[in-house]
Amino acid sequence: MLTMPVPDEDKIRRRAAIAAALRAIVPGEGVIEAPVEMRAFETDGLTAYRQLPLVVVLPETTEQVSAVLKYAHDNGIKVVPRGAGTSLSGGALPLADGILLGMAKFNRVLDIDYANRCAVVQPGVTNLAITRAVEHRGFYYAPDPSSQIACTIGGNVAENSGGVHCLKYGLTANNVLGIEMVLVTGEVIRLGGKHLDSEGYDLLGVMTGSEGLLGVVTEVTVRILQKPETARAVLVGFPSSEDAGQCVADVISAGIIPGGMEMMDRPAIHAAEDFVHADYPLDVEALLIVELDGPQVEVDHLIERVSEIAQANKAATLRISTSEEERLLFWAGRKAAFPAVGRISPDYICMDGTIPRKRLPEVLQGMAELSRLHRLRVANVFHAGDGNLHPLILFDANDADELDRAEQFGADILRLCVKVGGVLTGEHGVGIEKRDLMPEMFTEGDLAQQMRVKCAFDGKGLLNPGKVFPTLHRCAELGRVHVKAGQLPFADIPRF
Amino acid sequence: MSAVLKPASIAELAEMIAAADVPLEVIGTGSKRHLGRPVQAAASLDMSGFTGVIAYEPEELILDVAAGTPLADVESMLGQRGQQLAFEPPDWSALLGGTGSGTVGGLVACNLSGPRRLKAGAARDHVLGIHGVTGAGDLFKAGARVVKNVTGYDMPKLLTGSHGTLAALTSVILKVLPAPETEETVALTGFDDAQAVDAMSLAMQSACEVSGAAYVPGEAVYLRLEGIAPSVSYRRDLLGKVLKRPIEVMAARSSAARWKAIRDAAMFAENPRHPLWRISVAPSAAPGIIRRLKDRLDIRYLFDWAGGLIWLEVPPSPDASEALVRASFASGHATLIRAPEATRAAVDVFQPQAPALAALSGRVKEAFDPRHILNPGRMYRGI
Ligand SMILES: Cc1cc2nc3c(=O)[nH]c(=O)nc-3n(C[C@H](O)[C@H](O)[C@H](O)COP(=O)(O)OP(=O)(O)OC[C@H]3O[C@@H](n4cnc5c(N)ncnc54)[C@H](O)[C@@H]3O)c2cc1C
Repeated sequence: MLTMPVPDEDKIRRRAAIAAALRAIVPGEGVIEAPVEMRAFETDGLTAYRQLPLVVVLPETTEQVSAVLKYAHDNGIKVVPRGAGTSLSGGALPLADGILLGMAKFNRVLDIDYANRCAVVQPGVTNLAITRAVEHRGFYYAPDPSSQIACTIGGNVAENSGGVHCLKYGLTANNVLGIEMVLVTGEVIRLGGKHLDSEGYDLLGVMTGSEGLLGVVTEVTVRILQKPETARAVLVGFPSSEDAGQCVADVISAGIIPGGMEMMDRPAIHAAEDFVHADYPLDVEALLIVELDGPQVEVDHLIERVSEIAQANKAATLRISTSEEERLLFWAGRKAAFPAVGRISPDYICMDGTIPRKRLPEVLQGMAELSRLHRLRVANVFHAGDGNLHPLILFDANDADELDRAEQFGADILRLCVKVGGVLTGEHGVGIEKRDLMPEMFTEGDLAQQMRVKCAFDGKGLLNPGKVFPTLHRCAELGRVHVKAGQLPFADIPRF
Repeated sequence: MSAVLKPASIAELAEMIAAADVPLEVIGTGSKRHLGRPVQAAASLDMSGFTGVIAYEPEELILDVAAGTPLADVESMLGQRGQQLAFEPPDWSALLGGTGSGTVGGLVACNLSGPRRLKAGAARDHVLGIHGVTGAGDLFKAGARVVKNVTGYDMPKLLTGSHGTLAALTSVILKVLPAPETEETVALTGFDDAQAVDAMSLAMQSACEVSGAAYVPGEAVYLRLEGIAPSVSYRRDLLGKVLKRPIEVMAARSSAARWKAIRDAAMFAENPRHPLWRISVAPSAAPGIIRRLKDRLDIRYLFDWAGGLIWLEVPPSPDASEALVRASFASGHATLIRAPEATRAAVDVFQPQAPALAALSGRVKEAFDPRHILNPGRMYRGI
């Protein structure tokens, strides 16, 4: 189990006074302190971890967010921002001595500007709601995490979320033009806007994917795109993951960037087929869905080329969608892969490493060995185009030993990803889940430099502490020029 | 400027920066030395020793390259494998009076992108990893050789466009993409500024996947289509329907030449004494900005990025007409790309920032370069 920073008992004792102070800023039902009512906020998508916050505050305006943060900053109280709470890495896990700052009431679409192809929305608007607001004009918002009906655009910015279409259309970072945000001091700043490329340091780039550690996003301007005219998919079964991997590499070498390119391994294929009956081939080791989108002529042309490449890579089965229903059927199994796995196991955790694609066979092989070692099953779905793996580890959370083994198995998978030149997380974030693995990828110096950036935004370390970084340092200690000689470094800072 | 430090290894670079007791001007080949505010440096740090391809994996869409490697070498290597830097790096040597298009490190440090920026993203969207040495002399790396990564803060983005004021980059990992098989440009004539922006907006709102949209006043609106041949010709016909106008098509070769000229803002190279601004705004704001400025100044201009990027040439004056230029738009930013050194020292070259943002930028500078050793003052006073 992962440990969190030791709570400050003094803050917990002052809960009633803190709630009263917050109520002076956000009146009425915007402040919640009754434990039963706070239950709704005790966990996020990483459900193995639960913690009631000190108090919940649900502001509705930027001024309120600013006042809440200023109060917290003046009084040294920690703050955990939260969107919809779908984070899979524990990013929104509350702290016992911290204010949970819920952004759900920021749920309005403020401005849709077709002439400039952008939309301005509040951070609590869901990802899908942006597309819903513009689709009658043929537009959509491109990044499409599977959680898009629930997750908020503020959470997407904080996690730099992706989706199955991000090889071609980019992650959140590539589709956000500007934000308004509040610093922990309560100062409100704007980065970017309806124009391209905010000037000065790319703080918008740093904010995107900063997991609630640098500031609270209160408004987002996103790019909207015209929907591709049409889409078709090809469903290919392969006798081995090597063949499937080679097919992916050959598609890209041929200069084709598909709208989506997803792979599943044998356990995932079987689980999905049993669940949704998408007519997937069952006697193959890997299944690839390649989707081409764009004008009809282009899609028809490229789907032929992709099919030829697949045939040349020993495709065992190959089907090209001939109707929209068939295309959706191809996807139905992939899209239901998580719940399908949920049916065959009481619990599962979803990992999220990225690897250089060419190392896929050895990583799958390594995973099979780890599966035997930890005595737990694993099923793999894979954003094949960009090398982002989602191994699903199957376990039973009621068995403490299994949870422990599942976590160790997950950590070993991520170590393997890093060993082959990959990274700990492709789209789900570090949160608490991968926090203690950060040293696998970064030296102490690399991490210290990231923490210095944190200090530039949040010198007191009050925003979402305990997430992302394995060790908390005081900012003064990171600025080496200020360190006095002879002083014992970090003596009073708990390591956790 | 007297001393030149030329490190041969990363370790030596770290030592030199740690030991430096005077400000250093970080230089690749010097092609963009006159971009930004003049730096008060006592020595220069020559990064041209860091050259060569560390890894190029076309099927992984990855290029890991030493920062001092000439951009021209990189582009020709990618071209041989049918790939490119999709953000269309410009070559401003003719504008700025440099020689050659500079180094990859310089390109990343300045976050320069060409016409395809409006479809493919900026340089910053293609920087996946960096290695470098901070102004404190600390080695650090961030990112990796994979195209999708959210592990830790996006330091590659932070360093991109930091104009050498945070760290000296030794290598960068770039996302490389397939070059289109063919291109074609549609030219439309007879528009005024507002009509031109409207036409570009209509094209951008359509499913035509326009990869370049520029307006050269008195000449034409240019709309570029790229991809496989059948798709390009289909979208060309669609564009005609969307714009409800007869359209004239330029073939691939003249199309490429036209876009190179737009990318490099070549039409402004002939007046080296005239200050040149680059203004980024919401595209629909562009015609109004020009209308306001035309009344007061004798200007030449060009719209790129469907109107979102205005290249603006103003008559010579000690302050490059800064006040008028900055007052001409409400939100966005204006950068003084070309002006004499005295002017660039006297006026804000980059868009001034609101106090809270300026203070935050100052703290970010401190986080990397607490002694203000690297390119001090290049971007803002003190930064
Ligand atoms: C079934 C399922 C499928 C998923 N599929 C995908 C997928 O395909 N791709 C993908 O990338 N992710 C996926 N996710 C993960 C998750 O949905 C994303 O990370 C999402 O962006 C989180 O949004 P949220 O609103 O739920 O944020 P939360 O979970 O509430 O918060 C996430 C982080 O953002 C911070 N935060 C939230 N709002 C703000 C704000 N306004 N300002 C500052 N910080 C803020 C929080 O502090 C926290 O650190 C999936 C999750 C689930 C449960």
